[in-house]
Amino acid sequence: MARLVRMDRTGHTTLAEWSAADDAAFAAASEAFREQLEAGYYAVVSEGEGQARQVTALPAGADLVILRRPIAGG
Amino acid sequence: MPATGAASGLPAAALPERAGVAWRAPMDARALRARGRLWTLSTAAHSVPFVATAGLLVGLEPGLAPVSALALVHAWAIPELYANRGAKVVRPQRPRDAGVGGADILALGLLGDLVGHEARELHARAGLVAERGRLGVWLVGEAGALLVRPGGRRVDCWCVRADDPSLPSADRTAHLLLALREDETGFATVANLAFSGATWRVRRRLPPAMLPALRAATRLARA
Repeated sequence: MARLVRMDRTGHTTLAEWSAADDAAFAAASEAFREQLEAGYYAVVSEGEGQARQVTALPAGADLVILRRPIAGG
Repeated sequence: MPATGAASGLPAAALPERAGVAWRAPMDARALRARGRLWTLSTAAHSVPFVATAGLLVGLEPGLAPVSALALVHAWAIPELYANRGAKVVRPQRPRDAGVGGADILALGLLGDLVGHEARELHARAGLVAERGRLGVWLVGEAGALLVRPGGRRVDCWCVRADDPSLPSADRTAHLLLALREDETGFATVANLAFSGATWRVRRRLPPAMLPALRAATRLARA
């Protein structure tokens, strides 16, 4: 089961789960994904150690999509 | 919705936050070497006049030795203060024994999923995640990162953080780690350089618990 996870004050929150065979779940996850991007989050797919990729559409084949806040120089 | 790399005119794989500092040149290996040389020159420009003054005073009038000693203390203290500022970027925001809540545990679990066994262990001991990159070996903390350059003799200290102060410590580290993995050059471009100089200077200013992380990163940077 793939997950859409948002890093937040609770540690993290699972916003949606979907599987390749469940179109309705994927559509709901895509909607949640868009809402979070509109709220200012960036979506990242971890691609193993040392690699991550920003995505702007929910990838159906990803196991885990993480939403993060922007970073800035301190 | 925040600008993506493509929408902002940046390369598709670029960290989107780079759009916010578009005036900065990308901090690649070459730019990093140039910044390092500038730091060394700047440190010398601050310290050498005090050393010269100390020598001159003693040469002119041996009785001025105490004033010369004061000038030498200044020459020594200035780079130390800069190194202290650099080390501060990875010092914990709150004491590590201040207690771990449910949010911290959840955040630690997610961070643990992103890194390997060794990095997980190192983070548990030192509060820093070691990550090898093209520019060197990074030690990522919750509000900054150290970059141990290839060879292990120079460290760059970067001040950079997630823009949400309510995040648990491990989540803030995970934010920085993911951004670093997305675009290492972009990460160094967005971050503010707080210090660049000798590893031994930073080592002396780090909390003892973080020293194993710096040693491990230095070893990796030498390999």
